[in-house]
Amino acid sequence: MTRPLLELRHVSKAFGGMKVNDDVSFSVAEGDRVALIGPNGAGKTTLINVISGDLQPSEGCILVGGVDMTTHSIPRRVDAGLIRTFQITRLFTSLTVAENVALAVMQKKGLTKRVFSSAIGRTDIRREWQRVLGVLDIAHLADRQVSQLAYGQQRLLDLAIGLALEPKVLLLDEPAAGVPSDESSRIIEAIDRLPAHIAVLMIEHDMDLVFRFARRVLVLANGRLIFQGNPAEVTSHQEVRRAYLGSYADACHTH
Amino acid sequence: MTDRTLAEDAIPARIAIPVELRAVAIMLTLAAFGYVLFPDDLAFLTRLISIALLVLSLDLVTGYSGVATLGHSAIFGVSAYAVGNLCLAGQSDPLLLLVAGALAGALMGLASGALITRFKGLPQLVLSIAVGQLVAALANKLSGLTGGSDGLSGISPGRVFGIYAFDIYGRTGYVFSVAVLIVVFVVLLRIVRSPFGLLCRAIKDDSLRARMIGARVYPRLVLMYGVSGVVAGIGGSLAAINTGVVGLDSVSFERSAEALVMLVLGGAGSLWGALIGSIVFQVFEHYVSAANPFHWMTMVGALLIAVVLFAPKGLLPLAISLTGRVASALRSRA
Ligand SMILES: Nc1ncnc2c1ncn2[C@@H]1O[C@H](COP(=O)(O)OP(=O)(O)OP(=O)(O)O)[C@@H](O)[C@H]1O
Ligand SMILES: [Mg+2]
Repeated sequence: MTRPLLELRHVSKAFGGMKVNDDVSFSVAEGDRVALIGPNGAGKTTLINVISGDLQPSEGCILVGGVDMTTHSIPRRVDAGLIRTFQITRLFTSLTVAENVALAVMQKKGLTKRVFSSAIGRTDIRREWQRVLGVLDIAHLADRQVSQLAYGQQRLLDLAIGLALEPKVLLLDEPAAGVPSDESSRIIEAIDRLPAHIAVLMIEHDMDLVFRFARRVLVLANGRLIFQGNPAEVTSHQEVRRAYLGSYADACHTH
Repeated sequence: MTDRTLAEDAIPARIAIPVELRAVAIMLTLAAFGYVLFPDDLAFLTRLISIALLVLSLDLVTGYSGVATLGHSAIFGVSAYAVGNLCLAGQSDPLLLLVAGALAGALMGLASGALITRFKGLPQLVLSIAVGQLVAALANKLSGLTGGSDGLSGISPGRVFGIYAFDIYGRTGYVFSVAVLIVVFVVLLRIVRSPFGLLCRAIKDDSLRARMIGARVYPRLVLMYGVSGVVAGIGGSLAAINTGVVGLDSVSFERSAEALVMLVLGGAGSLWGALIGSIVFQVFEHYVSAANPFHWMTMVGALLIAVVLFAPKGLLPLAISLTGRVASALRSRA
C-alpha cells in the first residue's frame, strides 16, 4: 500500500447553518484515478475548494503527502503538488495562450520573483510550455489572446496550466462539461495520457467518462460520502442509485 | 511546422533588445519635437515629464496590477518634500537628490502598498484616498518640514555632474529630465516584461487563479508598489529640482485624480499609453487654458467624455487599431 498523497479526515464545511460537506474522509494515493460523482449541489466543487485551500473547512483536516495542510495557504499547497482546475474556466484573459502556460512554468521554477530578467524567452521555458501545449494539441494557438479562444479551447488551456505545474495530485472539476464533443474527446484523451504516477481526482457527471477513467468512484450526496468503491459496484449500490444514478443504472441493468 | 515557428517567435520577439532601442529613438524624437514646439516654455515640458513619471508609476499598480488607487500623489509629494528638505539642508547634487527621492518613494510605495493591497475593490479605493488625504493633512500641519500652505521654496540644486548648472531657460533641466525619463522608461519596459511583470498582469486578471498556480499575490503586489514608488519618487524629485518649489498641490487629491485621468486617456496597462495620455492631456490643458482661461476645464471634460465614448480603452489602442486599418487598406489597394 503506497502512502496517500492526499488524505481528508472528517472534513465538514458549513455555510451559515447549511452543511455542504459533512464528515468526508477518503484518501488518494500515487497513480490513483478517482471519480467524484453526485447530484447537482451535492457539494463536490465546495469539497475541491476546501482541499485546494480556497475555503477553510469547518471541521476536519487535510493532509498532503502526510503533512497536515489544513491551515496552509493556497500557494503552499500548490508547492506541495496539489493542483486544481475550475468548473467554470479561470484564465489570465489579458495574456496569450503561451504566456498563460509560460507563467505557470516559470512559477513552478521559482522565476516569477525576478523583476529584471527575460526568462520568458529562455529556451528551456519555451520548450516546456510548447511541450505542454503540444500534449493538449493546442500548440497552434500559442499566440492567441485568451479572449479569442472557443470555450473548449479555454478548457484545454485551463488543464494545460495545471499540467505545467507538474502536479502530484490533480483535481479536475468537470473538465469536459459544456465542451463540444470533438474537443471533449481531446480533453478525455489528454486525461488518459496523464503521467501514470499522478493521482487524479475528477468530478464528472458523464457516467461513460467515469467508467472509462476511474478505478475508484466516490459518491457525494447532500455533502456526505455515501459510497466509495470500484466502478462496477457503484451501479448496483442501492443508495447510490436512489440518490443519483436513477435511470442510468436501470438502463445498465436491463441490458 | 509553421505553427511551431510562429510559437517560437511569439514571446522572445517582444523582449528582444530592439524594443528598448526603439523606445529610446521614439522618446528622443518626442523630446526634440517638444523642444522645437515649446522653445520658450521648457518649464512646461519639464513639469510634463515629472507628471508623466507619476502616471507611469500609477500605471504599474493600476494598469498592470489592477490595484485601484486615488492617492498616488502622496508618494510623489512626499519624495518632492524629502528632496526639497535635503537640498535646503545643503545636499544639492542633483543625482544624489534623485536617488534620495527614489528611496523616499520606494519607502512610501512599500508602506502604502502594504496597506492598500491587503484590500480589494471599493475598500481598497477608499483606503487609497484615505492614505492620500492623511499625507495631505500632514503636509499641511508639519509646516516645519513642508512650509505648510506657503510650500517649500528656495530649492536650488547644484550642477549636474558638477558641470551643467540649472539655467533660467530650463535647458539643463529639460535635458536632465528627458534623460531621466528615458532611463526610467527603458528600465520599466524591462520590468513589465519580466516574469514578475507577467505575474502582476495575471494577478490583475484573476488573483485567485494566480494563487492557484502557486503565486504569493500579496508580496508581489507590495513589491510592485515599491517599484511604482521609486518611479513616482523620481517624478516628485524632478518636480522639486526643476521648479525649486514644492507646494501642497504635489500631494493633493486633484493630482492623484488627474494622473488617473491621464492614464485612462492614454490607455492603462501599457507604458506607452501612460506616456501618451500624460502628453496629450497636458498639452491640451496647456493650449486650452491659455486660449480660454474660464472654460478650459469644461473642454477638458468634453475631451474625456469623447475618449470614454469613442475609445474606452484609451488613445493608444485606438491609434493602434486605426493605423492597422489604414495599413491594411493601403495593402489591399496595392
Ligand atoms: N460560498 C458559498 N456560500 C454559500 N453557499 C454555497 C457557497 N458555495 C456553494 N454553496 C452551496 O453549496 C451547495 C453545494 O455547491 P457545490 O457547488 O459544491 O455543488 P456541486 O456538487 O459542485 O454541484 P454541481 O454539480 O452543480 O457543480 C449548493 O447548494 C451551493 O448553493
Ligand atoms: Mg460543481
